[in-house]
Amino acid sequence: MSRLMSILYMLGNEAIAHACIEANLDFASGYPGTPSSEVVDVLRTQEERDFYVEWSVNEKVAFENALAAAWTGVRSLVTMKHVGLNVAADPLMTSSYTGVIGGFVILSADDPFAHSSQNEQDSRIYAHFARIPCLDPATLQEAHDMILTAFDLSEEFCLPVLFRPTTRICHSKSDVRLGDAGKSHRKGEFEKDPGQYVVIPAHTRILHKKLNQKQKPVSKRLVELGINYYEIKGKIAVIASGVASSYVREIIPDDVSYAKIGAYPIDEEWLAGFVELHEKVLVVEELAPVVEEVVRQVACGVVVYGKKDGCIPYEGELDPGSVAVAFDRAGIRHHGSTSAPSPVEGLPPRPPLLCAGCGHRATFYAMKKVFGNDAIYPSDIGCYTLGLQLGTVDTTICMGASITVGSGIAHSGDENEIICTIGDSTFLHTGIPGLLNATYNNAEMTVVILDNRITAMTGHQPNPNTGVTARGDASPPVSLEALCLACSVSHVETIDPYDLTASIDAFRRAKEKKGVKVIIARQPCVINAKREGLTRKRYDVDHDRCNGCGSCVRYGCPAIEFYDGKASITTLCSGCGVCADICPFGAIRKGGKK
Amino acid sequence: MSDSFDLLIVGVGGQGTILASNIIGEACLIEGRSVRSAETHGMAQRGGSVETHIRIDGTYGSLVTKGSSELIISFDVLEAVRYRHYLKKDGIMVTSKNLIVPTSAFQSCLDMPSVDSLTGMLSDVNLCMVDAVSIAQDAGSILAQNIVMIGAASHYMPLSKETLIDAVTKLVPPKTVDINKKAFEMGRDAGRKK
Repeated sequence: MSRLMSILYMLGNEAIAHACIEANLDFASGYPGTPSSEVVDVLRTQEERDFYVEWSVNEKVAFENALAAAWTGVRSLVTMKHVGLNVAADPLMTSSYTGVIGGFVILSADDPFAHSSQNEQDSRIYAHFARIPCLDPATLQEAHDMILTAFDLSEEFCLPVLFRPTTRICHSKSDVRLGDAGKSHRKGEFEKDPGQYVVIPAHTRILHKKLNQKQKPVSKRLVELGINYYEIKGKIAVIASGVASSYVREIIPDDVSYAKIGAYPIDEEWLAGFVELHEKVLVVEELAPVVEEVVRQVACGVVVYGKKDGCIPYEGELDPGSVAVAFDRAGIRHHGSTSAPSPVEGLPPRPPLLCAGCGHRATFYAMKKVFGNDAIYPSDIGCYTLGLQLGTVDTTICMGASITVGSGIAHSGDENEIICTIGDSTFLHTGIPGLLNATYNNAEMTVVILDNRITAMTGHQPNPNTGVTARGDASPPVSLEALCLACSVSHVETIDPYDLTASIDAFRRAKEKKGVKVIIARQPCVINAKREGLTRKRYDVDHDRCNGCGSCVRYGCPAIEFYDGKASITTLCSGCGVCADICPFGAIRKGGKK
Repeated sequence: MSDSFDLLIVGVGGQGTILASNIIGEACLIEGRSVRSAETHGMAQRGGSVETHIRIDGTYGSLVTKGSSELIISFDVLEAVRYRHYLKKDGIMVTSKNLIVPTSAFQSCLDMPSVDSLTGMLSDVNLCMVDAVSIAQDAGSILAQNIVMIGAASHYMPLSKETLIDAVTKLVPPKTVDINKKAFEMGRDAGRKK
C-alpha cells in the first residue's frame, strides 16, 4: 500500500487496516469472522511490517493478548465479528476496570441482515455494558478517520475503545483519502501495578468507581471532537447513527434538522438541548434502539418516532428506500423513493454450495451412508454448515457447539446415534473443552473433525493446524490425533474423504465402538490446494454407460449437470473422483484434462 | 437528493463480478470522480447468487434503492430476472445470455426455466443481450466474460471508453491484458444498440 498521501478505491476493511498503520499500530491480533477478517489479512500481508500481528485461536485469546500489549504501553488492535465479542466478553467486561496505557481498539464488526452470521446482535450494547467508548462510522472515509481518533481517545482516557463497523462499511468500497504510514513505534514495557492489574475485590471496587467517573468527561469529549454533532434547520428533526446516517443524508430536505451520532456514550445534556428545540424527532439506526432509548429518556414531551412505535424495523439492514418509508410513517417530507417494484416470485433459488471436490461433501456422504436418516447430526460454524442441503446438519448455534450439543442430546435420553461435525479451526477455537467434557462424562457419540488444514470460509486464514503463522513463518502444526487422545478419546481414526470405501469402513468401525469416538477427515481445502498448484485430472461421464439414475446428481457437486436423462461433468471438476465411486454403473471415469 | 449514476452487477459467485466492479471503481478514480460500491463477500461467494451495487459520483451510502438503478449488468440470465426489480423504469439491462442452472435445481429435480422463458420475463425491459461466453472464447479466454460484459455495458455508463480500458489494463493479470482488451472491444461491439 502507498506510503504517500493518496486517494485509493478500496474496501472498507482495507481503509481501516491502513488507518491502523497510520496510527502507529504496534500489535494486532484477531480471529477471522465475516465481515471483519480482511483487516488482519491486510495487516499480515504488508510487505514492510513494523508491528506484531497474529491470528489467534479464538477471540478471547486474541483479546487478552492485545489487552496485555496495551498494558505494556504499545498501541494494540484486536478484531473479530460481533458474535466473537461474546467469546471475548469475559476479558472485555473487566478490561474497562483495569484500563490501558497504550491505545487499545477492539474492532467488532456487526452484520445487520445476518448476511454471514447466526444473529443480529448489536456491539454498541457491549460498549454500554462494559462502559467503554464506542465509535460507529457512517462512511468508509469516516471509518478510516475514526481509527486514528479511537487510538487517541483510548490513550486520553486510558480505556479500551470499541470500534463498530457494519457489513456495509467493511465490505463496501469507495474512494478513500489516506494519510502517511506512522513511523514512531513503541516497545512494550510492563510496569508492575497490582492495584491496576490484579482485580481482587479490594482493588476492583476502587477501579469500578474510577471507571464510572470517566463516563461524563468521555461523553463531553465526543461532542467537542465533533463526532456527535447537529444542524438546526426547523421544528422537525432526524437523529441518525452509523451507516444509516448516510441514507438519511441522501433523502433529508433542507428544512429538517439533523443530528449525527457517531460515538457513545451520548452526552445526554447536549442531546436534550437539541431535542427540546423540536416538535417531533425521528431516530434512524440499524439493529437495537440504542440511540432511540437515550432520545426517549431526554425527550420530555417531544414526539419521538423510531423502532418502538414501529416506524423502523428492529431486524435487518436499512437502505435509502426503507429510510424513506420511515420518513413517511413519521410524516416527514423527503427526497427519496418509496415505490419499489416487487421482485419476480417463484424463481429457482441459488444458495451457496460446497465447492466441486470439497472433502466435506465426501465425508458427509460416507457418514450418512453409515448412520442413516435417524441419526442426529449436530454441526458447527464453517463452510460445512452448507451440509444442511445434504441432510447432515441438524443444529448450528455458535462456534464449538457441535460437540456440546451432541453430548447434551446424548445425556438427555434420546436413543438415536449422535454424529457431530466440526472443522479444524472451529475445533481448536472452542471445540476442545466440549470434547474433553464429553469424554469426562462418558457420552456416547461420534465426533467428526472436518480437517481441511485452514480456516476456509472467511478467506483461508492459517490456524495452528496449517503449519504457518499469520506472518508467514513456519510453525509446527498441532496434532489433532494427539489432542483427542490427550482428551481421553479411546477411538481415534484418520480418513481421506476422497477414499469413499475406506471412509465408510472407518465410520462402521466407529459405529460399533462405545464411548466418544473421533474420526478425523483430512483433505486440504480444494481452493487452497489449487492455489498451491495441486492439479488432478478431471472426470468424464461415459454416456453409453450412464442410465440416468441420478445418484451422482443427488451427491450435489456443482460440477455435475443433468440434461436429457444423462449426467455430465463440467470444467468445474477438480478431480476428487468421489462421484466415480458413487456411480453404480461405472459410467464416470478419469480422463478429462487437468 | 443523490445525483449519482446507480448500477448493479449481478451474477453467480465465482464469475468475476468483483473484478468487474473494481474496474468501474478504478475508472471513476482515474476520472477524479467519487464512487461507492457494496459487495457480496463471505459464504455467498461459494456459487451463490451475488450482487454488487455501484454508485458513480456517489457521495452517500453504497446501497442502491430498488427501482432506481439506471443500469444492471448481469452475467447470467436467471440472475437478470432475480434482480430486475432494482431497475429504473427507463433503465437498461445488459445481460449475458448464459444460464448456469443452480445445482440445487438438478438435485431436487426442480422445473428449470429455459433461457427463452427467462428472456420472456424481461420482455418489458430495455434489454441488451450479449453472448458473453462465445465472445470471450473468441477473444481468447472464457475467463474474460466479465470484461466482455463491461465492454458491452460501456455505452450506457457515464465513463469514457478510454478510462475503462485503462482500468482494465491496470487490474487484470499482466499476461492477460491483450486478451482482455480484445474482449472489451468485442463486448463493446456486441453491446451497441441495434
